[in-house]
Amino acid sequence: MKSLRFLLVTMLLLPGLSLAECLTRGTGDMGIIIERAAGSLKVVDTTNHSELFRVEGLGDLSHASAVYSRNERYVYIFGRDGGLTKVDILCGRIVKRIIQGGNSIGGAISQDGSLIAVSNYKPGGVKIFSADDLSLIADIPATSVTDRDGHRKGSKTVGLVDAPDQRFVVSLYDSGESWIIDMSDPAKPAIQRFENIGSLPYDGLITPNGRYYIAGLFGQDGLSLLDLWHPEKGARLILDDYGRGQKKLPVYKMPHLEGWAMADDRAFLPAVGQHAVLVVDSKDWKEIKQVPVHGQPVFVMARPDGRQIWVNFAFPHNDTIQVIDTETLEIINTLKPGKGTLHMEFSPRGESVWISVRDKDEVQVYATRTQELTHRLPVDKPSGIFFTSRAHQTGL
Amino acid sequence: MKSLSILLLVIPVVMTGTAVQAEIVSPRQAELLYLLKHDCGSCHGMRLEGGLGPALTPKRLQSWQAEQLAVTILHGRPGTPMPPWRPFFTDSEALWLAQQLKQGVRR
Repeated sequence: MKSLRFLLVTMLLLPGLSLAECLTRGTGDMGIIIERAAGSLKVVDTTNHSELFRVEGLGDLSHASAVYSRNERYVYIFGRDGGLTKVDILCGRIVKRIIQGGNSIGGAISQDGSLIAVSNYKPGGVKIFSADDLSLIADIPATSVTDRDGHRKGSKTVGLVDAPDQRFVVSLYDSGESWIIDMSDPAKPAIQRFENIGSLPYDGLITPNGRYYIAGLFGQDGLSLLDLWHPEKGARLILDDYGRGQKKLPVYKMPHLEGWAMADDRAFLPAVGQHAVLVVDSKDWKEIKQVPVHGQPVFVMARPDGRQIWVNFAFPHNDTIQVIDTETLEIINTLKPGKGTLHMEFSPRGESVWISVRDKDEVQVYATRTQELTHRLPVDKPSGIFFTSRAHQTGL
Repeated sequence: MKSLSILLLVIPVVMTGTAVQAEIVSPRQAELLYLLKHDCGSCHGMRLEGGLGPALTPKRLQSWQAEQLAVTILHGRPGTPMPPWRPFFTDSEALWLAQQLKQGVRR
Protein backbone atom coordinates (compact mmCIF):
# COMPACT_ATOMS: atom_id res chain seq x y z
CA MET A 1 0.00 0.00 0.00
CA LYS A 2 2.77 2.33 0.90
CA SER A 3 4.41 1.96 -2.45
CA LEU A 4 1.08 2.48 -4.20
CA ARG A 5 0.51 5.68 -2.27
CA PHE A 6 4.04 6.75 -3.16
CA LEU A 7 3.32 6.06 -6.80
CA LEU A 8 0.10 8.08 -6.70
CA VAL A 9 1.79 11.00 -4.99
CA THR A 10 4.64 10.91 -7.49
CA MET A 11 2.21 10.87 -10.39
CA LEU A 12 0.45 13.89 -9.00
CA LEU A 13 3.71 15.73 -8.53
CA LEU A 14 5.24 14.94 -11.92
CA PRO A 15 3.36 17.55 -13.95
CA GLY A 16 4.43 20.03 -11.31
CA LEU A 17 8.06 19.13 -11.88
CA SER A 18 8.12 20.61 -15.37
CA LEU A 19 6.44 23.75 -14.05
CA ALA A 20 9.11 24.00 -11.41
CA GLU A 21 11.65 24.51 -14.17
CA CYS A 22 10.00 27.82 -14.99
CA LEU A 23 11.45 30.89 -13.36
CA THR A 24 9.61 32.86 -10.73
CA ARG A 25 10.79 36.41 -11.21
CA GLY A 26 9.94 39.64 -12.97
CA THR A 27 10.74 39.83 -16.68
CA GLY A 28 11.52 43.56 -16.93
CA ASP A 29 15.25 42.91 -17.15
CA MET A 30 14.99 40.08 -19.62
CA GLY A 31 15.28 39.80 -23.36
CA ILE A 32 15.98 37.49 -26.25
CA ILE A 33 18.75 37.21 -28.82
CA ILE A 34 18.10 35.56 -32.19
CA GLU A 35 20.57 32.91 -33.32
CA ARG A 36 19.84 33.34 -37.00
CA ALA A 37 21.72 30.36 -38.45
CA ALA A 38 20.68 27.79 -35.84
CA GLY A 39 17.01 28.82 -35.82
CA SER A 40 17.10 29.26 -32.08
CA LEU A 41 17.04 32.04 -29.53
CA LYS A 42 18.63 32.77 -26.20
CA VAL A 43 16.68 34.19 -23.29
CA VAL A 44 18.93 36.54 -21.34
CA ASP A 45 19.06 38.42 -18.06
CA THR A 46 20.15 42.00 -18.73
CA THR A 47 21.07 42.74 -15.10
CA ASN A 48 23.49 39.84 -14.71
CA HIS A 49 24.44 39.67 -18.40
CA SER A 50 23.72 35.99 -18.37
CA GLU A 51 21.89 33.36 -20.37
CA LEU A 52 18.75 31.85 -18.85
CA PHE A 53 17.47 29.53 -21.60
CA ARG A 54 18.12 28.48 -25.15
CA VAL A 55 15.00 27.76 -27.19
CA GLU A 56 15.37 25.73 -30.40
CA GLY A 57 13.15 24.80 -33.31
CA LEU A 58 12.12 28.24 -34.55
CA GLY A 59 12.76 27.58 -38.25
CA ASP A 60 14.47 29.99 -40.63
CA LEU A 61 15.44 33.09 -38.66
CA SER A 62 17.36 34.84 -41.49
CA HIS A 63 15.53 38.06 -40.87
CA ALA A 64 13.73 37.42 -37.64
CA SER A 65 12.05 40.04 -35.50
CA ALA A 66 10.04 39.92 -32.31
CA VAL A 67 7.34 41.65 -30.28
CA TYR A 68 6.34 41.16 -26.64
CA SER A 69 3.04 40.55 -24.93
CA ARG A 70 2.06 43.39 -22.62
CA ASN A 71 2.77 41.26 -19.54
CA GLU A 72 6.32 40.81 -20.87
CA ARG A 73 6.12 37.06 -20.48
CA TYR A 74 5.58 35.97 -24.06
CA VAL A 75 7.58 36.87 -27.12
CA TYR A 76 6.28 36.39 -30.66
CA ILE A 77 8.97 35.57 -33.21
CA PHE A 78 8.47 36.30 -36.91
CA GLY A 79 10.64 34.02 -39.07
CA ARG A 80 11.60 34.27 -42.71
CA ASP A 81 9.87 30.96 -43.51
CA GLY A 82 6.46 32.33 -42.51
CA GLY A 83 6.80 30.88 -39.03
CA LEU A 84 5.06 32.64 -36.14
CA THR A 85 6.17 31.30 -32.78
CA LYS A 86 4.96 32.23 -29.30
CA VAL A 87 7.65 31.63 -26.69
CA ASP A 88 7.27 31.73 -22.90
CA ILE A 89 10.47 33.39 -21.68
CA LEU A 90 9.93 32.42 -18.04
CA CYS A 91 9.86 28.76 -18.96
CA GLY A 92 12.16 28.90 -21.98
CA ARG A 93 9.82 26.97 -24.22
CA ILE A 94 7.60 27.28 -27.26
CA VAL A 95 3.93 27.72 -26.39
CA LYS A 96 2.68 27.55 -29.96
CA ARG A 97 4.17 27.64 -33.44
CA ILE A 98 2.41 28.00 -36.79
CA ILE A 99 3.56 28.44 -40.38
CA GLN A 100 1.25 31.25 -41.48
CA GLY A 101 2.73 32.20 -44.86
CA GLY A 102 5.44 31.33 -47.36
CA ASN A 103 7.89 34.10 -46.66
CA SER A 104 7.54 36.82 -44.10
CA ILE A 105 9.37 39.90 -42.92
CA GLY A 106 8.08 41.00 -39.54
CA GLY A 107 5.10 41.88 -37.47
CA ALA A 108 3.48 43.95 -34.78
CA ILE A 109 1.28 43.58 -31.71
CA SER A 110 -1.89 45.64 -31.36
CA GLN A 111 -2.29 48.47 -28.87
CA ASP A 112 -4.38 46.31 -26.51
CA GLY A 113 -2.09 43.31 -26.91
CA SER A 114 -4.81 41.04 -28.27
CA LEU A 115 -3.73 40.81 -31.93
CA ILE A 116 -0.54 39.84 -33.71
CA ALA A 117 -0.18 41.09 -37.30
CA VAL A 118 2.35 39.57 -39.69
CA SER A 119 3.73 41.16 -42.82
CA ASN A 120 4.21 38.70 -45.68
CA TYR A 121 6.28 38.76 -48.83
CA LYS A 122 4.72 35.56 -50.10
CA PRO A 123 1.81 35.57 -50.49
CA GLY A 124 1.93 39.35 -50.19
CA GLY A 125 -0.34 40.75 -47.52
CA VAL A 126 -1.02 40.96 -43.81
CA LYS A 127 -2.43 38.22 -41.63
CA ILE A 128 -3.76 38.96 -38.17
CA PHE A 129 -3.87 36.39 -35.37
CA SER A 130 -5.12 36.09 -31.84
CA ALA A 131 -2.21 36.81 -29.49
CA ASP A 132 -3.63 34.17 -27.19
CA ASP A 133 -3.74 31.02 -29.34
CA LEU A 134 -2.47 32.28 -32.74
CA SER A 135 -5.81 31.49 -34.40
CA LEU A 136 -6.46 33.45 -37.60
CA ILE A 137 -8.57 36.59 -37.15
CA ALA A 138 -8.13 38.32 -40.52
CA ASP A 139 -6.38 37.67 -43.82
CA ILE A 140 -5.76 40.85 -45.83
CA PRO A 141 -4.24 40.24 -49.27
CA ALA A 142 -2.05 42.92 -50.80
CA THR A 143 -2.61 44.73 -54.10
CA SER A 144 -1.83 42.46 -57.03
CA VAL A 145 1.09 43.41 -59.27
CA THR A 146 2.90 41.91 -62.28
CA ASP A 147 6.49 40.92 -61.53
CA ARG A 148 9.45 41.10 -63.94
CA ASP A 149 8.83 37.57 -65.12
CA GLY A 150 5.25 38.47 -66.06
CA HIS A 151 3.58 36.63 -63.18
CA ARG A 152 0.80 38.14 -61.11
CA LYS A 153 1.50 38.23 -57.39
CA GLY A 154 0.52 40.11 -54.27
CA SER A 155 2.78 43.06 -53.46
CA LYS A 156 5.30 42.42 -50.73
CA THR A 157 4.34 44.14 -47.51
CA VAL A 158 6.93 45.96 -45.39
CA GLY A 159 7.24 48.33 -42.44
CA LEU A 160 4.28 46.94 -40.46
CA VAL A 161 3.75 48.79 -37.17
CA ASP A 162 1.05 49.14 -34.53
CA ALA A 163 -0.64 52.51 -34.10
CA PRO A 164 -3.00 53.97 -31.48
CA ASP A 165 -6.74 53.24 -31.68
CA GLN A 166 -6.15 49.56 -32.41
CA ARG A 167 -4.71 50.20 -35.86
CA PHE A 168 -1.82 48.80 -37.86
CA VAL A 169 0.03 50.64 -40.63
CA VAL A 170 1.89 48.85 -43.41
CA SER A 171 3.50 49.71 -46.74
CA LEU A 172 3.37 47.82 -50.02
CA TYR A 173 6.76 47.47 -51.66
CA ASP A 174 5.78 46.69 -55.25
CA SER A 175 2.67 48.86 -55.54
CA GLY A 176 3.99 51.90 -53.64
CA GLU A 177 1.19 52.25 -51.09
CA SER A 178 0.68 52.68 -47.36
CA TRP A 179 -2.39 51.21 -45.67
CA ILE A 180 -4.00 51.95 -42.33
CA ILE A 181 -5.75 48.83 -41.05
CA ASP A 182 -8.30 49.58 -38.33
CA MET A 183 -8.95 46.48 -36.22
CA SER A 184 -11.27 48.04 -33.65
CA ASP A 185 -13.86 45.54 -34.90
CA PRO A 186 -11.75 42.40 -35.42
CA ALA A 187 -14.49 40.84 -37.54
CA LYS A 188 -14.43 43.77 -39.96
CA PRO A 189 -10.96 45.15 -40.68
CA ALA A 190 -11.36 48.65 -42.14
CA ILE A 191 -8.62 49.55 -44.60
CA GLN A 192 -7.70 53.04 -45.68
CA ARG A 193 -5.39 53.00 -48.72
CA PHE A 194 -2.88 55.66 -49.70
CA GLU A 195 -1.62 55.17 -53.25
CA ASN A 196 1.41 56.60 -55.05
CA ILE A 197 3.31 57.28 -51.85
CA GLY A 198 6.62 56.84 -53.69
CA SER A 199 8.69 54.17 -55.41
CA LEU A 200 9.55 50.92 -53.62
CA PRO A 201 8.94 51.62 -49.92
CA TYR A 202 11.34 49.21 -48.19
CA ASP A 203 10.59 49.75 -44.49
CA GLY A 204 8.54 51.96 -42.21
CA LEU A 205 8.44 53.37 -38.71
CA ILE A 206 6.11 55.22 -36.42
CA THR A 207 7.08 58.00 -34.02
CA PRO A 208 6.95 56.97 -30.34
CA ASN A 209 3.79 59.05 -29.79
CA GLY A 210 2.12 57.10 -32.59
CA ARG A 211 1.40 60.16 -34.73
CA TYR A 212 3.68 60.02 -37.77
CA TYR A 213 4.30 57.00 -39.99
CA ILE A 214 7.29 57.24 -42.28
CA ALA A 215 8.15 54.86 -45.10
CA GLY A 216 11.68 54.82 -46.51
CA LEU A 217 11.85 54.66 -50.31
CA PHE A 218 14.35 52.61 -52.27
CA GLY A 219 13.23 53.59 -55.77
CA GLN A 220 13.60 57.34 -55.36
CA ASP A 221 14.99 60.00 -53.06
CA GLY A 222 12.96 60.98 -50.03
CA LEU A 223 10.59 59.36 -47.58
CA SER A 224 6.82 59.18 -47.40
CA LEU A 225 5.14 60.75 -44.37
CA LEU A 226 1.65 60.01 -43.12
CA ASP A 227 0.15 62.06 -40.24
CA LEU A 228 -2.12 59.60 -38.43
CA TRP A 229 -3.87 62.45 -36.65
CA HIS A 230 -4.84 63.75 -40.10
CA PRO A 231 -4.98 60.85 -42.53
CA GLU A 232 -7.34 62.93 -44.71
CA LYS A 233 -4.33 64.99 -45.74
CA GLY A 234 -2.80 61.92 -47.36
CA ALA A 235 0.79 60.78 -47.57
CA ARG A 236 3.38 63.34 -48.59
CA LEU A 237 6.97 63.14 -49.75
CA ILE A 238 9.60 64.60 -47.43
CA LEU A 239 13.36 65.06 -47.86
CA ASP A 240 12.97 64.43 -51.57
CA ASP A 241 16.12 66.39 -52.31
CA TYR A 242 18.55 64.69 -49.91
CA GLY A 243 20.33 62.71 -52.57
CA ARG A 244 20.11 65.17 -55.41
CA GLY A 245 23.27 65.56 -57.42
CA GLN A 246 24.96 62.75 -55.54
CA LYS A 247 25.75 59.44 -57.11
CA LYS A 248 24.08 56.62 -55.25
CA LEU A 249 26.35 53.83 -54.12
CA PRO A 250 25.35 50.20 -54.52
CA VAL A 251 23.38 49.06 -51.46
CA TYR A 252 24.66 45.76 -50.04
CA LYS A 253 22.19 45.73 -47.20
CA MET A 254 18.91 47.60 -46.95
CA PRO A 255 18.72 50.05 -44.04
CA HIS A 256 16.21 49.48 -41.26
CA LEU A 257 13.91 52.14 -39.92
CA GLU A 258 12.95 50.31 -36.74
CA GLY A 259 14.09 52.10 -33.64
CA TRP A 260 13.03 55.66 -34.24
CA ALA A 261 15.94 57.88 -33.35
CA MET A 262 14.79 61.19 -32.06
CA ALA A 263 16.30 63.85 -29.82
CA ASP A 264 15.20 67.44 -29.22
CA ASP A 265 12.77 67.56 -32.16
CA ARG A 266 15.45 66.13 -34.39
CA ALA A 267 15.03 62.82 -36.16
CA PHE A 268 18.00 60.75 -37.31
CA LEU A 269 17.56 58.53 -40.35
CA PRO A 270 19.78 56.34 -42.52
CA ALA A 271 20.40 57.73 -46.03
CA VAL A 272 19.94 55.03 -48.67
CA GLY A 273 23.04 54.45 -50.83
CA GLN A 274 25.10 57.11 -49.05
CA HIS A 275 27.60 57.20 -46.23
CA ALA A 276 25.44 59.58 -44.25
CA VAL A 277 22.95 59.92 -41.42
CA LEU A 278 20.21 62.44 -42.18
CA VAL A 279 19.30 64.85 -39.40
CA VAL A 280 15.79 66.18 -39.80
CA ASP A 281 13.75 68.83 -37.98
CA SER A 282 10.61 66.96 -36.94
CA LYS A 283 8.58 70.17 -36.79
CA ASP A 284 8.76 70.83 -40.52
CA TRP A 285 10.52 67.63 -41.78
CA LYS A 286 13.32 69.66 -43.40
CA GLU A 287 16.89 68.46 -43.43
CA ILE A 288 19.16 70.11 -40.86
CA LYS A 289 22.37 68.33 -41.72
CA GLN A 290 23.89 65.18 -43.15
CA VAL A 291 26.43 63.60 -40.81
CA PRO A 292 29.12 61.83 -42.88
CA VAL A 293 29.73 58.36 -41.43
CA HIS A 294 31.92 55.30 -41.97
CA GLY A 295 29.61 53.45 -44.39
CA GLN A 296 25.98 53.07 -45.37
CA PRO A 297 23.95 53.05 -42.14
CA VAL A 298 21.69 50.08 -41.40
CA PHE A 299 20.36 50.86 -37.92
CA VAL A 300 20.38 54.43 -36.61
CA MET A 301 19.29 54.15 -32.98
CA ALA A 302 18.97 56.69 -30.19
CA ARG A 303 19.95 55.96 -26.62
CA PRO A 304 16.64 56.11 -24.72
CA ASP A 305 17.43 59.58 -23.35
CA GLY A 306 18.22 60.86 -26.85
CA ARG A 307 21.74 61.99 -25.94
CA GLN A 308 23.60 59.69 -28.33
CA ILE A 309 22.92 58.02 -31.66
CA TRP A 310 24.53 54.64 -32.33
CA VAL A 311 24.90 53.57 -35.96
CA ASN A 312 25.93 50.29 -37.58
CA PHE A 313 26.72 49.74 -41.24
CA ALA A 314 26.07 47.63 -44.33
CA PHE A 315 28.53 45.17 -45.86
CA PRO A 316 31.49 45.67 -46.42
CA HIS A 317 31.69 48.15 -43.52
CA ASN A 318 29.78 46.00 -41.04
CA ASP A 319 32.62 45.65 -38.51
CA THR A 320 32.07 49.16 -37.13
CA ILE A 321 29.79 51.18 -34.85
CA GLN A 322 29.83 54.95 -34.69
CA VAL A 323 28.40 57.11 -31.93
CA ILE A 324 27.01 60.56 -32.74
CA ASP A 325 26.50 63.31 -30.15
CA THR A 326 22.97 64.62 -30.76
CA GLU A 327 23.83 68.13 -29.61
CA THR A 328 26.98 68.81 -31.63
CA LEU A 329 26.13 66.31 -34.41
CA GLU A 330 29.77 65.18 -34.29
CA ILE A 331 30.98 61.59 -34.22
CA ILE A 332 32.34 61.06 -30.74
CA ASN A 333 33.53 57.49 -31.07
CA THR A 334 34.21 54.77 -33.63
CA LEU A 335 34.13 51.21 -32.30
CA LYS A 336 35.21 47.99 -34.00
CA PRO A 337 33.15 45.20 -32.42
CA GLY A 338 34.01 42.86 -35.32
CA LYS A 339 32.77 41.64 -38.71
CA GLY A 340 29.03 41.15 -38.94
CA THR A 341 27.97 43.76 -36.38
CA LEU A 342 24.28 43.34 -37.14
CA HIS A 343 22.06 44.80 -34.45
CA MET A 344 21.98 46.83 -31.25
CA GLU A 345 19.59 47.06 -28.34
CA PHE A 346 19.72 49.53 -25.45
CA SER A 347 18.85 48.54 -21.92
CA PRO A 348 15.53 50.16 -20.94
CA ARG A 349 17.10 53.32 -19.51
CA GLY A 350 20.13 53.23 -21.75
CA GLU A 351 23.15 52.72 -19.48
CA SER A 352 24.27 49.85 -21.68
CA VAL A 353 23.90 48.66 -25.24
CA TRP A 354 24.06 45.07 -26.44
CA ILE A 355 25.60 44.49 -29.85
CA SER A 356 25.42 41.34 -32.02
CA VAL A 357 28.73 40.38 -33.62
CA ARG A 358 27.88 37.58 -36.02
CA ASP A 359 31.34 36.45 -37.11
CA LYS A 360 32.66 36.28 -33.55
CA ASP A 361 29.62 34.32 -32.36
CA GLU A 362 29.15 36.72 -29.49
CA VAL A 363 27.11 39.58 -28.12
CA GLN A 364 29.14 42.44 -26.69
CA VAL A 365 27.81 44.78 -24.01
CA TYR A 366 29.09 48.35 -23.87
CA ALA A 367 28.60 51.03 -21.25
CA THR A 368 27.09 53.91 -23.22
CA ARG A 369 28.63 56.63 -21.04
CA THR A 370 32.21 55.51 -21.65
CA GLN A 371 31.56 53.41 -24.78
CA GLU A 372 33.73 50.72 -23.23
CA LEU A 373 33.20 47.00 -23.61
CA THR A 374 32.00 45.55 -20.29
CA HIS A 375 30.71 42.03 -21.02
CA ARG A 376 30.70 39.33 -23.67
CA LEU A 377 28.20 36.48 -24.10
CA PRO A 378 28.71 33.52 -26.41
CA VAL A 379 25.81 33.42 -28.91
CA ASP A 380 25.72 31.39 -32.14
CA LYS A 381 25.58 33.81 -35.11
CA PRO A 382 23.58 36.45 -33.23
CA SER A 383 21.33 38.89 -35.11
CA GLY A 384 18.33 40.69 -33.59
CA ILE A 385 18.31 41.55 -29.88
CA PHE A 386 14.94 42.35 -28.29
CA PHE A 387 14.41 43.37 -24.66
CA THR A 388 11.07 43.14 -22.86
CA SER A 389 10.85 46.93 -22.44
CA ARG A 390 9.63 46.95 -26.05
CA ALA A 391 6.31 45.63 -24.73
CA HIS A 392 5.26 49.14 -23.79
CA GLN A 393 6.51 51.10 -26.78
CA THR A 394 4.32 51.89 -29.77
CA GLY A 395 5.93 50.70 -32.98
CA LEU A 396 8.25 48.13 -31.39
CA MET B 1 37.15 46.00 -70.35
CA LYS B 2 35.08 44.43 -67.62
CA SER B 3 32.40 43.25 -70.00
CA LEU B 4 35.08 42.04 -72.40
CA SER B 5 36.64 39.88 -69.75
CA ILE B 6 33.23 38.40 -68.93
CA LEU B 7 32.61 37.77 -72.59
CA LEU B 8 35.93 35.98 -72.89
CA LEU B 9 35.03 33.92 -69.88
CA VAL B 10 31.62 33.07 -71.23
CA ILE B 11 32.50 32.23 -74.85
CA PRO B 12 34.47 29.01 -74.27
CA VAL B 13 31.69 27.69 -72.07
CA VAL B 14 29.00 28.49 -74.60
CA MET B 15 31.05 26.99 -77.42
CA THR B 16 31.71 23.69 -75.72
CA GLY B 17 28.20 23.62 -74.31
CA THR B 18 29.37 21.88 -71.16
CA ALA B 19 29.67 23.31 -67.72
CA VAL B 20 33.25 24.26 -67.10
CA GLN B 21 33.89 24.16 -63.36
CA ALA B 22 35.44 27.38 -62.23
CA GLU B 23 38.43 26.56 -60.08
CA ILE B 24 38.62 28.26 -56.72
CA VAL B 25 40.93 27.29 -53.90
CA SER B 26 39.15 25.67 -51.03
CA PRO B 27 39.57 28.30 -48.24
CA ARG B 28 38.16 30.89 -50.61
CA GLN B 29 35.27 28.54 -51.46
CA ALA B 30 34.36 28.47 -47.78
CA GLU B 31 34.53 32.28 -47.63
CA LEU B 32 32.32 32.62 -50.68
CA LEU B 33 29.73 30.20 -49.32
CA TYR B 34 29.74 32.01 -45.97
CA LEU B 35 29.19 35.31 -47.75
CA LEU B 36 26.45 33.75 -49.88
CA LYS B 37 24.63 32.47 -46.83
CA HIS B 38 25.00 35.49 -44.58
CA ASP B 39 25.29 38.54 -46.82
CA CYS B 40 23.38 37.51 -49.94
CA GLY B 41 21.07 35.86 -47.39
CA SER B 42 19.96 39.22 -46.00
CA CYS B 43 17.83 39.68 -49.12
CA HIS B 44 17.57 36.16 -50.58
CA GLY B 45 17.15 34.36 -47.23
CA MET B 46 19.78 32.31 -45.47
CA ARG B 47 18.23 29.20 -46.99
CA LEU B 48 18.14 31.03 -50.34
CA GLU B 49 14.38 30.61 -50.45
CA GLY B 50 13.80 34.30 -51.06
CA GLY B 51 13.02 37.48 -49.19
CA LEU B 52 13.06 40.97 -50.62
CA GLY B 53 15.10 39.33 -53.39
CA PRO B 54 13.92 36.22 -55.25
CA ALA B 55 14.66 32.63 -54.24
CA LEU B 56 17.98 31.31 -55.55
CA THR B 57 17.08 27.64 -55.61
CA PRO B 58 18.09 25.37 -58.55
CA LYS B 59 14.42 25.12 -59.55
CA ARG B 60 13.97 28.87 -59.76
CA LEU B 61 17.27 29.33 -61.58
CA GLN B 62 16.86 26.50 -64.08
CA SER B 63 16.07 28.73 -67.04
CA TRP B 64 19.30 30.72 -66.64
CA GLN B 65 22.81 29.62 -67.60
CA ALA B 66 25.43 29.85 -64.87
CA GLU B 67 27.24 32.42 -67.03
CA GLN B 68 24.16 34.67 -67.10
CA LEU B 69 23.86 34.41 -63.35
CA ALA B 70 27.55 35.29 -62.98
CA VAL B 71 26.94 38.46 -65.00
CA THR B 72 24.02 39.36 -62.71
CA ILE B 73 26.18 38.75 -59.63
CA LEU B 74 28.96 40.95 -60.96
CA HIS B 75 26.87 43.76 -62.43
CA GLY B 76 23.67 43.67 -60.39
CA ARG B 77 20.18 44.11 -61.77
CA PRO B 78 19.38 47.76 -62.53
CA GLY B 79 16.00 48.93 -61.31
CA THR B 80 16.06 46.43 -58.45
CA PRO B 81 17.94 46.41 -55.12
CA MET B 82 20.41 43.81 -56.52
CA PRO B 83 23.79 45.58 -56.37
CA PRO B 84 26.91 44.81 -58.43
CA TRP B 85 29.25 42.52 -56.46
CA ARG B 86 32.14 43.20 -58.83
CA PRO B 87 34.28 44.88 -56.11
CA PHE B 88 34.26 41.65 -54.09
CA PHE B 89 34.40 38.80 -56.63
CA THR B 90 36.59 37.90 -59.57
CA ASP B 91 34.96 36.60 -62.76
CA SER B 92 35.77 33.01 -61.91
CA GLU B 93 34.52 33.42 -58.34
CA ALA B 94 31.19 34.75 -59.61
CA LEU B 95 30.93 31.86 -62.07
CA TRP B 96 31.78 29.37 -59.34
CA LEU B 97 29.07 30.86 -57.09
CA ALA B 98 26.56 30.73 -59.95
CA GLN B 99 27.43 27.07 -60.51
CA GLN B 100 26.92 26.33 -56.83
CA LEU B 101 23.51 27.99 -56.99
CA LYS B 102 22.54 25.99 -60.09
CA GLN B 103 23.56 22.75 -58.37
CA GLY B 104 22.01 23.65 -55.06
CA VAL B 105 24.09 24.82 -52.16
CA ARG B 106 24.57 22.53 -49.20
CA ARG B 107 22.68 23.84 -46.20
